[in-house]
Amino acid sequence: MPTMTVIEAVRDAMRGEMRRDPRIFIMGEDVGARGGVFLASEGFLQEFGESRVIDTPLAESSIVGIALGAAVNGMRPIAEIQFADFVWPAINQLVGEAARVRYGTGGRKTAPIVVRIPYGGGVRGGLYHSQSPEVIFAHTPGLRVVAPATPYDAKGMLISALRGDDPVVFFEHKRTYRLVRGEVPADAYMEPCDKAEVKRPGTDLSIFAYGLMLHYALEAARLVHEQDGISAEVVDLRSLRPLDTETILDSVRRTSKALVVQEDTPAVSVGSEVAAVIAEHVFFDLDAPVMRVAPPEIPPMPFSPLQEAAFMPSPEKIAAAIRELAAI
Amino acid sequence: MNTRAAKAKPKAHVNGANDKQEFLELYRQMCLIRQFEEACGEQYSRGNIRGFLHLYIGQEAIAAGVMRSLRAEDYVVTHYRDHGHALARGLDTNRVMAELFGRATGLSKGKGGSMHIFDAAKGFMGGHAIVGGQLPLAAGLALACQYKGTGGIAVVFFGDGAVNQGVFHETMNLAAIWDLPLLFFLENNLYGMGTAAERTRAGGVDIYPIAGSYGIEAAMIDGMDVLAVREATGEAVKKIRAGEGPKFIEAKTYRFHGHSMADPARYRDHAELDYWLSRDPLKSFPKMMLDRELATAEELAVVRKSADDEVASAVKFSLESPPPAKSELFTDVYA
Ligand SMILES: Cc1ncc(C[n+]2csc(CCOP(=O)(O)OP(=O)(O)O)c2C)c(N)n1
Ligand SMILES: [Mg+2]
Repeated sequence: MPTMTVIEAVRDAMRGEMRRDPRIFIMGEDVGARGGVFLASEGFLQEFGESRVIDTPLAESSIVGIALGAAVNGMRPIAEIQFADFVWPAINQLVGEAARVRYGTGGRKTAPIVVRIPYGGGVRGGLYHSQSPEVIFAHTPGLRVVAPATPYDAKGMLISALRGDDPVVFFEHKRTYRLVRGEVPADAYMEPCDKAEVKRPGTDLSIFAYGLMLHYALEAARLVHEQDGISAEVVDLRSLRPLDTETILDSVRRTSKALVVQEDTPAVSVGSEVAAVIAEHVFFDLDAPVMRVAPPEIPPMPFSPLQEAAFMPSPEKIAAAIRELAAI
Repeated sequence: MNTRAAKAKPKAHVNGANDKQEFLELYRQMCLIRQFEEACGEQYSRGNIRGFLHLYIGQEAIAAGVMRSLRAEDYVVTHYRDHGHALARGLDTNRVMAELFGRATGLSKGKGGSMHIFDAAKGFMGGHAIVGGQLPLAAGLALACQYKGTGGIAVVFFGDGAVNQGVFHETMNLAAIWDLPLLFFLENNLYGMGTAAERTRAGGVDIYPIAGSYGIEAAMIDGMDVLAVREATGEAVKKIRAGEGPKFIEAKTYRFHGHSMADPARYRDHAELDYWLSRDPLKSFPKMMLDRELATAEELAVVRKSADDEVASAVKFSLESPPPAKSELFTDVYA
């Protein structure tokens, strides 16, 4: 099986689907001539031409709004937002409009758009190039929100998103783009957009994470296993809306302890919802309070390197939390 | 290739000795910015500056030319390509550099970095990383000036990419109907990242005619000519101060480097780059001064040396400054 990085897997999925389905086109800032700032669509302009790889003016609300209109009229657009931090002008088009098309038309219309959003910190991006705004979308019924962490999931879930009939907000952690490499089948395959997955089985406690934090959690789980003999299960949430409660609850029932790890600030976040679901359904299975590892409640993200490191969760911080939870 | 702005002839209105000091000062500012940016590039490659860094090299004549018409009570707002504006506005070179290094002595204690230079004492209300986000903020500053009757105005810098955002049009309209004391200053360097303005502008690469549809008087000037910038700004600012409402200036310019340090700028052809390099204000302006015997080669060299020294000591200051304390992470969140 070939190995790929996350960004290569994204590119591979889009290329394959565009060859297969002429309704798919890409629009966004610098996606054409430059191939995207992260080179997700490198070479696409040459292969698919200007009508399917569209360099837009710098106007996020139009990028998403026009993609939405085209989707309602039978197309399957991929809208690229350069960085998650620039998605705010498009919030109305996504949260206000795309999320309600199916419901508001009594099921007669759908809005099959995929909005790809590179997000996340640890890249010295400072205040406006590091954010994790996924919860805004995860809060919105009608949207699907996913955050694959591995090349395999990125390809398979992007293909599912493109073949599905719902609007999907597709979060790609930009630090994983070139950092994470893994095996990816050359052919098309679909990974579900609404399923979590146990990425490392364990018996002492369950860690829930997604995106870059999944890799940090796996690293931490390895550390505590080697050093302390603790067996931590690591569950990759993958889908943030809907949350795969079945997989989450099943894991907690087996381990009786839960640790939620996220890069977004904790109050009213995806992690809050995971904790709430656990409290609602498996409270009496718990041997300890749910714990969280998350940044402090300050606007993300400080620019200064040391402060950025203090803000971000790390494998070491997660390992410390695992030890604490395991000792309860 | 795009060479549109070439047509405007440099206007050098030279009035003898008075101008000499003024011209040397303009030259000093341009040298300071150029040297500062060169140093940033170098410190970036050494890993002392991290993250996203956007150099202003090529556009120096604009920042230098505009600020001469501003007063202490005025406000300056700009985007992420902000070092040049900050230095020309007179922000402390050491503290601007230290901010880029993420040090405690930086103007925002290292919390902002390159794209968010800010100094309230100088009416410098930020570098803003969200394209177009700074425009209504500037209108708000202008509204408060008008409301309080301070006599101050606001100047907002933005690029050819920003005019595609809806908020640009909203701000133009509001500024016009409320007669806000606001100068819209468009630095049209012909590209927004890798996208040529002529590919994304319905009206072509000249953008200033948009202002006319909002009833805002607009001028198009050569942004490589510091005197043209100074003169056009002076005229616009005079009218704004006289209560005539917002004005709009479009300066054609060029960034000599890529959009940021990560951009090799392969989307531009060599002939185009060479053309604009041949119009480098750091070459043409001193040459004009020499040709007209407004300055000697020695005098110009002294100016260059002082700029170089100022930047060298800013680098030293930054390297010697401590990083922010961890406790600073939690400050400045709420009142
Ligand atoms: C809302 C938003 N969208 C996209 C970006 C990414 N981005 C940063 S600068 C830039 C190009 C802006 O070009 P222009 O306004 O012409 O300014 P220049 O860089 O040429 O000075 C883009 C697309 C951003 N920072 N903010
Ligand atoms: Mg530009």
